[in-house]
Amino acid sequence: MTDVAILGELAYWQQTGIRVGAGLAAVLLVAGTLVYLHLFKLVSFMQSRLGPMEAGPFGSLQLLAEVGKFLQKEDIFPRKADRFVFAAAPFVVLMSTFLLVVVVPGGPDAWFINSELGIYLAMAVSSVSVIGILMAGWGSASKYSLLGGLRATGQLIAYELPLILAVMGVVIQAETMNMQGIVQAQADGEIFGWGGIGNPYILTQFVAFVIFMIAMQAELTQTPFDMPIAESELVTGYMTEYSGMRFLLFFIGEFATAGVFSAIASVLFLGGWWAPIPGLEFDDNVWNLLGPIVMVTKVVVLTFIIFWARFSLPRFREDQLQQLAWKVLIPLSLANIVVTAVLKIVF
Amino acid sequence: MTAISDREQLSYIAAQAADARVNVEIETEGMTLNIGPQHPATHGTLRIVAKLDGEQVIAADPIMGYMHRGYEKLAEVRTYPQVTTLINRIDWVGSFANEVPFILAAEKLMDVEAPPRAAWIRTILFEMSRIANISLFLGDMGLQVGAVTPAFFAFRDREHVLNQIEAATGGRFHPNFDRIGGLKDDLPAGWIAETKRAMKKIRNFCDEIEGLLQGNEIFEARCRGIGVIPADVGLSYGLSGANIRASGVDWDTRRDNPCGLVHNELDWKVWTHPDGDSFARFWVRLQEVRESTKMVDQLCDGLPSGPVMAKVPRIIKVPAGEAYVETENPLGVMGYYVVSKGDLTPYRVKIRSASFNNISITPWLLKGVYVPDIVTILGSLYFILGDIDR
Amino acid sequence: MSRLSSTDTPVEEEAEVVESDEAREALLAKIQTELGDAVVGSHLSAGDDLWVRVDRSAWAAAGAYLKTGLGFEYFNFLSAIDWKPSPFGRDMDAQVDLSLGHDEASEIDMAIEQGVAGGDTRFQVFARVNDIVNGLGVTLKADVPDDDLSIDSWVTVYAGANWHERECWEMYGISFEGHPGLRHIYLPAGFEGNPLRKDYPLLARRLKPWPGIVDVEQMPGDDDPADAAETTEAAE
Repeated sequence: MTDVAILGELAYWQQTGIRVGAGLAAVLLVAGTLVYLHLFKLVSFMQSRLGPMEAGPFGSLQLLAEVGKFLQKEDIFPRKADRFVFAAAPFVVLMSTFLLVVVVPGGPDAWFINSELGIYLAMAVSSVSVIGILMAGWGSASKYSLLGGLRATGQLIAYELPLILAVMGVVIQAETMNMQGIVQAQADGEIFGWGGIGNPYILTQFVAFVIFMIAMQAELTQTPFDMPIAESELVTGYMTEYSGMRFLLFFIGEFATAGVFSAIASVLFLGGWWAPIPGLEFDDNVWNLLGPIVMVTKVVVLTFIIFWARFSLPRFREDQLQQLAWKVLIPLSLANIVVTAVLKIVF
Repeated sequence: MTAISDREQLSYIAAQAADARVNVEIETEGMTLNIGPQHPATHGTLRIVAKLDGEQVIAADPIMGYMHRGYEKLAEVRTYPQVTTLINRIDWVGSFANEVPFILAAEKLMDVEAPPRAAWIRTILFEMSRIANISLFLGDMGLQVGAVTPAFFAFRDREHVLNQIEAATGGRFHPNFDRIGGLKDDLPAGWIAETKRAMKKIRNFCDEIEGLLQGNEIFEARCRGIGVIPADVGLSYGLSGANIRASGVDWDTRRDNPCGLVHNELDWKVWTHPDGDSFARFWVRLQEVRESTKMVDQLCDGLPSGPVMAKVPRIIKVPAGEAYVETENPLGVMGYYVVSKGDLTPYRVKIRSASFNNISITPWLLKGVYVPDIVTILGSLYFILGDIDR
Repeated sequence: MSRLSSTDTPVEEEAEVVESDEAREALLAKIQTELGDAVVGSHLSAGDDLWVRVDRSAWAAAGAYLKTGLGFEYFNFLSAIDWKPSPFGRDMDAQVDLSLGHDEASEIDMAIEQGVAGGDTRFQVFARVNDIVNGLGVTLKADVPDDDLSIDSWVTVYAGANWHERECWEMYGISFEGHPGLRHIYLPAGFEGNPLRKDYPLLARRLKPWPGIVDVEQMPGDDDPADAAETTEAAE
């Protein structure tokens, strides 16, 4: 981390403190917002009920109540469980989320790291959660958990490929893997000569966008890809034996990862922190404040799609899920890469 | 040597052995998975011990009896009206239908016929209990394959039917409304009009479920070709209701053997499906709910006037004899074989419950299916624990 | 119209239901032709139902003939009846007993009287199978002697008989020869006794005798005590 942060005159420990605080906020606040908006309210309205209404106005403080509930629960270890593996698993999963969030830029100068490998780093690091899930499944010493963990591993490995291949199309079009560079390419781009809304890659890379969203749904083990936590069969799969704070960590990890993946998707396809505001040219300082707000809005929109699909659709069986990944998504994304490369050279 | 007691030593050794067992079980083939008795997928306390090879089932053995209440023994020490209270609770979701075959058997032995109005109202409530029961299934089937939302719609729309049943009988779930010789009471004012409105809402619900679940490609992928029951196997196991009609067998007790209910005065259709898989069972039940709503509309239109109770003695003593009456209950064919010795209480009541036969096919059916399909198949066979265990 | 036991005479009914009559009579005739002496009793209730009692040795043959020879492919149920009345009496100390002039102590009549289609033994196994195509059903009965409580299993003929025979074994103690694995189905393994036998006490009634008709306050508007009694009896 050698580049200068937004308030470059501060001492190093102060900069680190701001970065850590911002990272925690980016992950936890966003996760909390998503939990309230989508898990409590969206699903309730879809299911013709109101959702939590008691804690705070319109149930807005429900998550605080839930956190408090989980914190005061007993920390239970199954007797046969491998204590270290069992205890470490949720932290490994959450760690991969935090590693992911550092590559997401929130503004021209509001970033954690500005690496040339941006998206490549993100894709590599997202696989760490698979280890955490496998640790949870094995360490619980329960057959349900083990089944869930193995299913999850197979699924996550299978769907990483379409995820990465879909991103390749964007990288080819933007000519850079740097996240800021991708945002700039979309902001500065033009559609057939008209630069009004830039060139969000969702238009040209629509196929990649769809594949990315599907693969993201699978990476998050959300329905229709939630075989690992198929509630009607395995109770909660690899999370079955967890209670209290550790379960809360898994829970937060799930929503935080949804938020972070959506943030990456909004950077890749929707233009990131840049929004076309007609007639006004803002300078960097304004964008540093406006950018995060724009990002959060885009994240909420994309997660809306994720959770909408989650609460409407039935779930795939494991072999159907794998077939979808290997026989449909990967060929499609490969074709997308070829077409993008050809068009890039031609135009 | 140290202060470790014998007990602690033994428990330590046992823990080590348990660890070894876990390791060995996972390494070799043939893992034994215990589904239930407390499990979200089984509608109640049913336990299935499945031997797995990876994700495929080698053998499955349902173990039931967690809800066995001994109704056949209890019925021997209860008077006939008291037995009605008991048997309400066999299939507690479509509970008016449980009383009907027993009452009809007792009426057969007593040679008493319920007045026409009572027979028509019985049929209305019978069909409404079918609607209440099967709409629960329609939502619940989605839940089994992972779609959580249709279940809420099902519960919301069932309320209309349950409200009507409560308005007429006083009980949403346990009406206890049928009496030997007729019914306890007549219908309240305005009930017919409100029931027709409820039927319209149920029809809307059926259309909604058809679009939401039946038309969903993922649902079809999960259900088509899963759990195929050939017709002859189904017959030899005694499957009934939608389970056997989904295998192409055109048999409906309402049409072929009506006793005391007035189905053959209505214009309706028996739905069958040739495939015999889980999707077919879902499809048949959806059509049956629609058909039931049309039947209730016809019944409401043609309801004759008159008394609802025949002249029966105050204290009911059923003459000696044996009678068996079966009706097409929501879960399948339910029958009561009543043996009477001319006393206040029955001598022997054999309860032929539909789900007992329906689930008896699972050891045969579950061989070679994947673990997720166990849930799909059990969901599509649709049982209620009280019906299996009595 | 009496339904008391009769061993050989079918009961004739009105002419309107002649068709079912003929079908059932023809069915009975075919069974009697095939099984011959093994058919030891029958009862035909015209337009309604048919009971056939066969000898224990012909139980499996009867099942096989019904399934393959007569097209009765649908297995309905299989169970047993214990004809020896309960030594505990009717277990009802209700007012109704007294009003009918019956006394608990003197009423326990231990005579074994079988029902429809007759019988010779305390235990009878009975099963019902249906012919879906023609809409007929027949109830088969067989006597099981006390000293040898066993009978052939129907599992090879009707696969569904498996669970029903397990339940019958568990509840009555009748074993089925040729059954792949007779074990408990409802009750826990190691349960002692056979609950549905009449001499197995219903413990709830042993511990707490039936309280009888409980006097409840009459509903407003109910003046007639007779109505009140009927309401309370019906409500229980």
